[in-house]
Amino acid sequence: MTYGSIDSSYTRRTLTRSARALASLKLDGPLLVGLALIAIYGLIVMYSASGQSLAAVAKSATRLGIGTVAMLLLAQVKPGFLRRAAPVIYLAGILLLVVVDVVGYIGKGAQRWLDLGLFRFQPSEIMKIAVPMMCAWFLHERPLPPSVPALLATVTIIAVPAALTIAQPDLGTGMLITIAGVLVILLAGLQFRIIAALIAIAAIGAWFGWSFLHDYQQKRVLMFLDPQTDPLGAGYHIIQSQIAIGSGGIFGKGWMNGSQGQLEFLPERSTDFIFAVIGEEFGLIGLALLLLLYLFVVGRAIFLAMQTQETFARLLAGSIAVTFFVYVFINTGMVSGLLPVVGVPLPLVSYGGTSMVTLLAGFGILMSLYSHRKLIRS
Amino acid sequence: MVANVRIKDHWQEQRLFARRSLIAGGLIAALSLVLLARLVTLQVLRHDYYMDLSQGNRVRIEPLPAPRGLIVDRDGVVLAENRPAYQLELVREEVPDLASTLQRLGALGLVAPDDIDDARKLVASHRSFDSVPIRLRLTDEEIATFAVHRFEFPGVDIRTRLARSYPYGDLAVHALGYVGAISEQDLGRIDRAAYSGTTLIGKLGLESAYERQLHGRNGSREVLVNAQGRSVQRQGAFVPQLRTVAPVAGEDLVLAIDIGVQKAAEEALGARRGAVVAIDPANGDVLAMTSRPGFDPNSFGRGITRVEYQALLDDIDRPLFDRALRGTYPSGSTIKPAIALAGLAYGEVKPEERRFCAGVYRLPGSSRMFREGRGGRHGAVDLRDAISRSCDVYFYDLSNRLGVDRLAAFLAPFGFGSVTGIDIGGEKPGLLPSREWKRKAFSRPEDQVWFPGETVNFGIGQGYFLVTPLQLAHYTSILANQGTSYQPRLVRALRDPATGTLHPVAPVKGAQITAVSPEQWHIVMEGMANTLRGRGTAAATAGRNMTYAIAGKTGTAQVFSVGQTEKYDEKTVPERLRDHSWFIAFAPAEAPRIAVAVLVENGGFGSTGAAPIARKVMDAWLLPENR
Repeated sequence: MTYGSIDSSYTRRTLTRSARALASLKLDGPLLVGLALIAIYGLIVMYSASGQSLAAVAKSATRLGIGTVAMLLLAQVKPGFLRRAAPVIYLAGILLLVVVDVVGYIGKGAQRWLDLGLFRFQPSEIMKIAVPMMCAWFLHERPLPPSVPALLATVTIIAVPAALTIAQPDLGTGMLITIAGVLVILLAGLQFRIIAALIAIAAIGAWFGWSFLHDYQQKRVLMFLDPQTDPLGAGYHIIQSQIAIGSGGIFGKGWMNGSQGQLEFLPERSTDFIFAVIGEEFGLIGLALLLLLYLFVVGRAIFLAMQTQETFARLLAGSIAVTFFVYVFINTGMVSGLLPVVGVPLPLVSYGGTSMVTLLAGFGILMSLYSHRKLIRS
Repeated sequence: MVANVRIKDHWQEQRLFARRSLIAGGLIAALSLVLLARLVTLQVLRHDYYMDLSQGNRVRIEPLPAPRGLIVDRDGVVLAENRPAYQLELVREEVPDLASTLQRLGALGLVAPDDIDDARKLVASHRSFDSVPIRLRLTDEEIATFAVHRFEFPGVDIRTRLARSYPYGDLAVHALGYVGAISEQDLGRIDRAAYSGTTLIGKLGLESAYERQLHGRNGSREVLVNAQGRSVQRQGAFVPQLRTVAPVAGEDLVLAIDIGVQKAAEEALGARRGAVVAIDPANGDVLAMTSRPGFDPNSFGRGITRVEYQALLDDIDRPLFDRALRGTYPSGSTIKPAIALAGLAYGEVKPEERRFCAGVYRLPGSSRMFREGRGGRHGAVDLRDAISRSCDVYFYDLSNRLGVDRLAAFLAPFGFGSVTGIDIGGEKPGLLPSREWKRKAFSRPEDQVWFPGETVNFGIGQGYFLVTPLQLAHYTSILANQGTSYQPRLVRALRDPATGTLHPVAPVKGAQITAVSPEQWHIVMEGMANTLRGRGTAAATAGRNMTYAIAGKTGTAQVFSVGQTEKYDEKTVPERLRDHSWFIAFAPAEAPRIAVAVLVENGGFGSTGAAPIARKVMDAWLLPENR
């Protein structure tokens, strides 16, 4: 087996060489490969979902490119600098949110972005990273699990930007900001009895509030939770997307052969509902493959988070990793009819938005946190 | 710094984070399994169900238009009905090139060249999958032409729909109104959902005023269509539950109009321009209402072309103009019975008191002279004579004594200066002048003063005072009723088309005139009855060979202008500057069953122009051989 041994040693050498190259770039090979596979898969689907538009594919690829550059740059930034910058970024973000809210109030309309001439900029998008950063910064020096005063302070750090975002109004992003921050607290080791108490309070509050709602208000809430009761309104999307996924079967109808998507029965087919296009054209196998890629990325990210040494790095990295899964679950759950319809794109696959760039930027930070760790433990 | 201060324990915190990360990993795995289970449910367990749904099967809702209510006369003679007609319809999303399609249809003569632009706008204003009628009532030849070329026009097809038909053509056309294709403006004011499937809408008269009742409620039917949009019975194993909601036909209108009286009025007017309104004083029923010349409403339902419509608009006789409701004219002497009543009610005149008419009246303290309209002199006349012989001098003096304020106040309850409230739209209120009106109507201060001479003219129905034929008929019915008034109405009852049950419309009573005593009403009635007897102004015309007693009054209105939109035409001017001819009457005089007002534009004296027409209308209603 000389050929084989030569081959394997050649492979090993190549791998070692590229691993070294990646390490010098402060990148993590497996994570990078996982993200790249998702992105390529996404571009293939995009060609079909956009109605065979190369322009849409090119635009998506451009965004992914910009995101990759952001990831590369952020991976070079030292964690210590990130930590010190956290409060500045956070406060600047709050300021911009206030500006957006005020401009929106004066303009009498929903306002989410600032027009900077060259491009539009959504401060709430920054907050998806800035809030967990600030939480991690705050808990960094403090003993963990957090004491009750520290917990209250962290909750305030989350609540202010979340409220400002929801006021825009952008309930979806506000929720995601909250989740990213809350994940930091949970990862910091908040005691289970406090978690249980908070859940109990929320449940009682919801039950209490429910009994105070009018019939029609209760109906609206129920319709939001179960859109199928409104087949021509909110339910139309979800019914069509379930037909798309269900009709795909195990093997799918084939690339560019999904009638639901191609004949535009499926709304938002290239954006929020692209998961249904995958389900229709590539079937259960295609969806499972995508899910596995996502799980690999999340798993690798959590593994990297566990390798970091400082509290700040751990909490931030952990939050970035788990938040990524939350995005995946909310989108896929919504498209498959498990969750109510909220506008959350499928990470790295859905067309458009700044989310591709911010997600990759987040992974850049995560890689920086991992790769700059001290090799000798103190 | 004593005991209780917690310090960071890095090892312990790292272990804590690791535990939490593992919990997170476990939750992620669990949620992923839930998701996978959901996907397996959709894609494996319920795959067949969703496959059927997706296989190009979809349910389309097709409207079932409700048949429009009929319009019948008081005895059930059908005046407006629905007949199947062939029309050309177009579905925008199935047409490759709308502009060229319309152009080619125009070249085949199926759409008039002038209507192409309108058709394009009409199609554009509908949803892309709506079938929009672009041409109504195709002739047999046109159907044949299209059949030959059908393959060149994907998305265009001939459909059978119920179209509106008016069997008597232009009979009572202004009252009935007409229906036409739903225009862009119409779309703005109707509930589009309720009208999906409906192609015609009332445009004028009763068709418009009772649109809601006539329209009914459209139904709908779910049909299974394949990916090409064609209706299919079933496809694959998927047979959905298809629902049908039956349409509810519109209600029929049972009119007060009597076709015999209506025909008599229109035939009597003949080719002359004018209007006739006949009212049953007992309840306000409009027995006949016509404005001549008319037009054929069927041309609108058929899909009138731009050229035809322009011809109607440009016609010097203005056939589209409803003279009965919208034409305002000086009342002429027809107002004299009311002036006489005012004189009696205010005690300014005694019925037997005689005044001398020398053919001229001079305002006290003024040199201005007011002449007898028809020249000549009447000698000594009492109140009855003054009415029957239409003595201007008598009424010049009487109105001067009454004064404009009392005149205006007394005439208002007769419906002058305000709309009568008839149940179709478009009515004009005319003009009841008063000091206050003049102050508001003129801008220059010197014009705002009411002059005594204007009161004098008012007394014989000239000057500012303007009435519509409908108002004059309404007034006549109040005279006939001795002060009791009913709102004129065209619709007596609504009829349920399914059961034939009638839902009568209750007559609406107006204000009662109480200032006049029964004796005074009677005196004026006698004066009007004398108009058709002896030396009365209409004795030789309408009054000949009466078999029942008629009370009437002639009137002659001076012409100031014929119409604002009319073009100047030298040849017609002399005829069109002749006076308008009025006649009002009710009969039988002692127990009136009909009140009539007749206007003949440029018809000369009321006695010769209008009175014979009124007689024919009353004969049609009252003589047994005509019933």
